[in-house]
Formats: sequence, C-alpha cells, structure tokens
Amino acid sequence: MTTEVREIEDSVGAVLARYQRDEGFLVSILQDVQTKLNYLPREALLKVSQGMEVPLSRVYSVATFFKAFSLKPRGRHLLHVCMGTACHVRGAVRVLDRIEQELGIGSGETTRDLEYTLETVNCVGACALGPVVVVDGEYAGQMTSDKVKHLLESFD
Amino acid sequence: MVTLTIDGQRIQAEEGTTLLEAARDHNIYIPTLCVNEAVSPYGACRLCLVEVTKKERQRLVASCLYFVEEGLIVRTDSERIALIRGMIIELLLARCPKAGEVQELAKRLGVRESRFRVEDENNLCVLCALCTRVCQEVVGQSAISLVNPGTDREVAIPFYDNSDACIACGSCAYICPTEAIKLEDVGDTRIITMPNCRLEFKLKQCPKCGTYWAPEKQLEYMIKKANISPKVFDLCPDCRE
Repeated sequence: MTTEVREIEDSVGAVLARYQRDEGFLVSILQDVQTKLNYLPREALLKVSQGMEVPLSRVYSVATFFKAFSLKPRGRHLLHVCMGTACHVRGAVRVLDRIEQELGIGSGETTRDLEYTLETVNCVGACALGPVVVVDGEYAGQMTSDKVKHLLESFD
Repeated sequence: MVTLTIDGQRIQAEEGTTLLEAARDHNIYIPTLCVNEAVSPYGACRLCLVEVTKKERQRLVASCLYFVEEGLIVRTDSERIALIRGMIIELLLARCPKAGEVQELAKRLGVRESRFRVEDENNLCVLCALCTRVCQEVVGQSAISLVNPGTDREVAIPFYDNSDACIACGSCAYICPTEAIKLEDVGDTRIITMPNCRLEFKLKQCPKCGTYWAPEKQLEYMIKKANISPKVFDLCPDCRE
C-alpha cells in the first residue's frame, strides 16, 4: 500500500469514527472527507463503502449526484464565477473568459499546479453585487475583466 | 378495509394497497413503465399519474406510490391527465425512439410522434431503475446504481469499471423493459452489455455433458449465501441424479 493510499484511508477512518453506521449520514461523511482531502479519491469511496457497510455503487451514486462533490483533485483555491441572469447581463461572460485566459483552464477544470479550480454557478444570491466571483467562499462583487488579475494575485 | 372511488366505481381495498394495485385489481388500466411486482415501487416514469380529490382539492399523484384512503375520489383518465401523460410519452419517445415498450405505450395512448428533438436515437434506457432495484432488492448485490445528476443520469457500475459486486446473474437484463441491458452467452463467456460498458464473466462447464451452464461467480455467490456444499454445483442440472 502506498503512503498516499494509507493517508487517504486514515483520513476516512478518522471521519467514520465520528459517525454511527447509518446510511443516512453518507452525505455528511462524504462532505467531511472532501473537506479533509479536497476531493473524493477512489480509495476514499472504497473505504467509506467498507466502513459503512454500504454498497460501493450506492456511495458512488451519491458522490456523483451532488455538484458539491468532486471525484477529481481540486485546487487550493476554489473560484466560482456566477453566471446567473443579473451577473450575465453585467458581463460575467467576459469575466469568466479573462479568468480562463489567466489560469489557462476552462470551467470545471483545475490548474496543473493544483492552485486553482474554476467552476461556474447559476446564482449565488448576490445579484446586486454582480458580476460576482466567489473565491474560497469570499464574495468579490462588481467584478470586471480588468480586475481579474488583481483578484487572482490577492489570493496567492 | 377502506372504500374509495376510482373512475366512478366504488372500490374496497385493503389498507396499504397502492392506488395502482387497487385499480388493476378492478381491471382499470393505468399505464406504467417502471413497475414490476418483483421490486418495490419507485415512481420513476410518472406515467401512472392519476388525479385524486380530497376535501374538494384536486392534485396529481403517482398511483404506484400513493396508498388508498377512505373516501378518496380518483380519476385515472381526465383531460388533464391525458395531456400530461401525452407529454411524458413524447419525452420518452424522443429519448428512446427505438425502445419497443415505449413505442407500444405511445401507440396505446394515441401518441404518434414526438415534438421533441431526438438526441441519441440508439438510447434504449428510460431510467426506470428496475435493473438497479432488482440488483439491490432481489439479488442483494447492488452492483449497479444510477449515477450523475440531471441529463447525465445513467445506470453504471461504480467508477464505470468496478464490477466486483456483479455476480453475472443477468437479473438486470431480464427485468429491463427496453433491452437497454443485454445478456449473451458465447462459448465459455457470459457477456452483459450495458449502455456504457461491456462485462464478461466466465461460465462453468459441466464435466459430464460439456455445456457451459452458469456463471462461476453466481455459483460461488449461491454457495456462500445458502451455505451449501460446492459439490451441489459440480454437474449441470440436466446431468444431476
């Protein structure tokens, strides 16, 4: 067993120890695992399935259903570009374009150095601030394509 | 026992009976695509939609999941229902234009063509989840499940490559109403074809007559589950004493 796999299994084990063996906790458990590991590696899902005595197909079904879960590694910083109607009419597309250019990745992708993951969302409920980019949970409002570079630098 | 009215007919039914069961017991037709007595109801296809009136309020419910109630007034075929059912079958037709079961139902409901664009004319899966339910509830293996949300939803084995839990019994192919999952025994191999993957399993050969008669994994599973001697399955059923 590689050290990486062992680390994953230890992390999952620590999460499982805090929960009863009840399928109802599956989502919470996966959330905790993702918080620890930043994504849900294959080994983690296998371990959750074994530890919870829930079929792997069930765990996989839940893990793929929610957009909040990622089966691929995610970056240290999470960028959510709001594509809701209000942000859209105020130029969210241009903002997204510029971020994609700056980072060299498309929406839904992660930079190779695992620094940034870029995702679009359909509304973050802050329409008056649009266009909005949410970086690691922090809302950056009235974004313009010119401000993008500064925004990215501020999070290094 | 509760008394209710379905399409003007006064009906008595046992508590805990679904509207669909009660209606079928009295030869009242309600179309379905995802119902099979082998597994619990699921409400996937929505074709069994009926109108229930309670306290002068009407609403639409899936009759396969709705239990009978005292005094309930049910209509299985109003104009509103016909409209919605027609829409559902049109959507299904656009999704699975080649699925025989869907075509038949459409014909029966008087729908000739779909107004919607066909995306993949070879798609046969209506996402009724009969396969995943039979695998979970009857076989007890849960080798397959529905994955991804929304328009990406499909039946799959975990990670699209892990068939460890599958015992090759073929229940999924057997129960599939549209032949989206197919099973074929070729020589010493059983091939199960799903919309997104192809699985191969070794068949056991009978030492006496030479036929390949059952998947090895399924026999192992049965031996373990029923705690019986492996000797039972040495010979095929035809060659046993």
